[in-house]
Order: sequence, then C-alpha cells, then structure tokens
Amino acid sequence: MSIIKVHKLFKSFGDVNALQEIDLEVNASEIFGLIGPDGAGKTTLFRILTTLLIPDSGSANVCGFDVVKDYKEIRKRVGYMAGRFSLYHDLTVQENLSFYATVFGTKVSDNYELIEDIYSHIEPFKNRRAGKLSGGMKQKLALSCALIHRPELLVLDEPTTGVDAVSRTEFWDMLQKIRKKGISIIVSTPYMDEALKCDRVGLMLDSKILSTEQPENISKHHKNLLYSVKSLANNYIFLKALREQEWCRSAWLFGQTIHLGVNKDIDEIQLKKELRGMKDFESYEKISPGIEDTFIELMGVKGPDN
Amino acid sequence: MNLEMTHNNNIIEVKNLVKKFDDFIANDNLSFEVKKGEIFGFLGANGAGKTTAIKILCGISYPTSGEIKIDGLDVYKDREKIKKRIGYMSQKFSLYDDLTIIENIRFYAGIYGMSRLEIKKRSVELLERLNLTHAKDRLISDIPLGWKQKLAFSVAVFHNPAIVFLDEPTGGVDPVTRRQFWELIYESALKGITVFVTTHYMDEAEYCDRVSIMVDGRIEALDTPELLKEKYNSIDINEVFLKLARVS
Repeated sequence: MSIIKVHKLFKSFGDVNALQEIDLEVNASEIFGLIGPDGAGKTTLFRILTTLLIPDSGSANVCGFDVVKDYKEIRKRVGYMAGRFSLYHDLTVQENLSFYATVFGTKVSDNYELIEDIYSHIEPFKNRRAGKLSGGMKQKLALSCALIHRPELLVLDEPTTGVDAVSRTEFWDMLQKIRKKGISIIVSTPYMDEALKCDRVGLMLDSKILSTEQPENISKHHKNLLYSVKSLANNYIFLKALREQEWCRSAWLFGQTIHLGVNKDIDEIQLKKELRGMKDFESYEKISPGIEDTFIELMGVKGPDN
Repeated sequence: MNLEMTHNNNIIEVKNLVKKFDDFIANDNLSFEVKKGEIFGFLGANGAGKTTAIKILCGISYPTSGEIKIDGLDVYKDREKIKKRIGYMSQKFSLYDDLTIIENIRFYAGIYGMSRLEIKKRSVELLERLNLTHAKDRLISDIPLGWKQKLAFSVAVFHNPAIVFLDEPTGGVDPVTRRQFWELIYESALKGITVFVTTHYMDEAEYCDRVSIMVDGRIEALDTPELLKEKYNSIDINEVFLKLARVS
C-alpha cells in the first residue's frame, strides 16, 4: 500500500520551474528520504503534499486523498515539521505543545505515549520559552508538536540542518521508533550520510527526481573508476595539480584525501606511473564510490553552471 | 623551547578564558593557541559555547576573565583595532538582501576603509574569480544559497584580514558547493590568512590543520584530525565527536 502517490507533478513560480514531472511513490510504514541541495525543489514538493500549495498540473495523493480536493482530510492525517521549525517563540515549551494539540482537536494526554520518549528530553524545560531553546531542543519540541495528533504520515523538511552531530544521531534513532509505531515518514536532508538511514531515497536535483533507490544501490549510478589519493604536502595544491592532468575526470577533497575519477582510456599501471611522477604524491588506493561521490558524479553529468 | 618564537607564530592566544552569564558558565577556562596561516576547526555541540567564544575573540563581547590576544592585540583594550584585522562570516551571512552583489562588495570594502580605486580594481577581479560578473547587478535575495556563501566569504576576506572567523558557513548546500567553498578557504590560507571555522559537518573537520572539540563550555580535545582519530581509536572525526560529546 502506498501512503504517497505522485504522478507527473509540475509547479512553477513565474518563469522558475520548481518541480518538473515528479513521479513518486512512498510505501506505508517506510522512511523515505529526499536528498538534494538547497533549491532542488524539496520544500515545494512537501508543501504540495501537505496541501499548502496547489500544483500547476499532475496529481498527488496522500493517505488516499487528493491534495487539491480533499485537503481537509489530509490535514487531519499529516504531521508537518517545516524547515526552521514552526514554533511560537514567545510561548513556552508546554504551551506550544498544548496549542498544537488543541488545533488538531485533541489533548496532550490522549497521545502522550507516542511522544513520551522525545518529550521527556525537553520536559525539564517545559516552562522555558521556545525561542530560548538550543537547536537540538527546538527540533525535539517541533517533532513532538508534529506528532501530537497521531498522524499517519510525518513530513519532515530538513529537520537536521544546523543541528550538531550528536542530536542528529539521536533524532534518527527517534524516527526509527516512530516508524515502528506504524507512522510513515518522508524526510528531506542535505546530509548524504543520513540517506543510509532511510529505507529508500530519492535523489533530487534541479526540480527533478533523478532516481529512487534503496540507499545501498545508489552508488550503482557511479560508473567510473574512483581512487582515493593522498598527498605529502598541501592537499589543495595537489588537487589543483591533479585537475590539470588530461586523464583527470574529477577531483574533489574528501576529508584528508582526494577522490580522483579518471578517464576510461588510462589503465591502472599507467595511472600509477603518472601519479608517482607528480610532486608530493604519497599514495593511492582504488575505492568504491559512496553516496557523496555518486551525487557529485550525477551533478557533473547534469552540468551545473559552476 | 624559545618562548619568544612561539609567541610570534601564534595569531590567537587564549589563556584561561572564562565567560559567565549570571550563574551559567558558557566558557569554562579555555586555553589554546592558533598559529599564523592555520586552518583551525572549532567544533562542539549546539550550546557548547562556540559562538560565545567567537564573539569574544572578535572583540564584540568582553570575557569575564582570562588573557586573550588577537594578532598581538588585547581583547579588553584594543577592540577597535582587532575589528580592523579580522573578517567574520556568520551562519546567516551578513549580506544585504536588498542590495546587489556589487553593491554589497562596495559597501563592505568601504566600511573597511579601502580606497575607491582599489575597490574598483579588486571587485572586478573578485567577480571574475567567483564567476559572477554576469550576475553582479542581481539582488542578493534572488541568488542561490551557494553563491551567497561564496560571496559572503569573499567579502569577509576582501580587506585582507589577518584572521577570518567562519561560524557554520556551509549549512544546507550540496556536496559540490560545499567543497568549492572549502577550496576558497584553502586559497585564503595559502595567502597567509588564518582561518577559524565552526561546522556541523564532521568530514569538513578533516580539512582543518587542527581541531578542537568543545563540550559543555570546555575544550575536551585539541589536535590534528589524524592524531585525534588515533587517540580516540575512531575511523573518522564523527566517531571522535560522538564519543566525546554524547552525554549520559
């Protein structure tokens, strides 16, 4: 059964195409990740799914209802956590939660069991104004508010942007628990590593969904040989030197190494010789591409203007 | 060790920095040095006290106690001089949305007292380097986030400061834009500008020469990424960070 079904969806703002021919199906009880940079169209898609925007053409079905005709039904069944968290900064933690419960015609106590795990982290600060919370705490409160009416589907727009690595890890643990309670989740993120925590992911770029995959299959889209190269001296200087080689297809910094893609016409023996001839070369090894490598490769194919 | 020598190499010197807000200790006895030309990663969880410390280093806020020198200048007495020697880029980017790209460049260069002739010459160079010549008359509100980040950084180092402070400069962009941004950072470091940077992307921590990790107002670890990984027996800085910062 699918909880979201999108067919040939288009949306533009003036002469800017925000969404082009989007097809998407999300299964009930799965965590679906939408991965893509700022400006790819993720938020526009989410706003259509949550009935806050009307598409130009195409159809979108959420929880079995049409986003245009049945928007009232959808709003009862969906919990939406917008980017930057739509909390009332001048209300306290507790007041925010009761407010959201009231808007959805329920009481905090009715579904407390669902949020208890998350809310217990911030309960000691329940009388603090939301505006005074740290990023991690705001995120937990916003999630509690989005869950308080026990939605069938949770829509999370970049819930971890600007949040530290510890809170990010905790947040994903919480999502796993929520999913086990039968709530479906669609979540967007610019962090590639978070894709690995989803059941399936869609890669979104320039208003289109490039592909939908299980995370372990994403790297199949990377069809070129990839090496991890180390330099004895400054990585940036070595990176620039690599890019000047005609056999270099791509070269990007990856932590303390450089990931080097090479053209097909150079074999490994030849490459080894070439690399050894370069100043400050230390070592290289063949690697299999990760999700960031693949994303960069896909962007290259699309030819970004930079 | 020759004490005079080490002093000359350090562009930031912090000794026993304490900052309190009423009963709350935001910075608990921080001591560290940053060398000239270094890329220094200042990591920590949300609320660990990073922004508080950066504000003090920039001369915007007074410490409660401690000895802090920036390029040899004292943060208690020489705040105005410090401000002239540093550049600063915040997570929100300090660009004016209702000014164009070129107007923002001129505005910041003017504030830092650069001459008209110099501004004219160097802004042409800058636009070319960023590939933004065609877009120079567009409003900041209309350009993509990735362009804004690169521009905000370039404006922050336009007056050739001794140090540039970057407070979470790379949130929300794609992996290519993030890397292009780091290439700008490397380029500035090669020119001798010291880079002091905070980030939540732990892979970016590995681009730094040295990294400090702050937990609850204190610096829990400070070393090169390589040695930190070794010391905490971790495959990457993310693991080091989680080991140090994960509470309870």
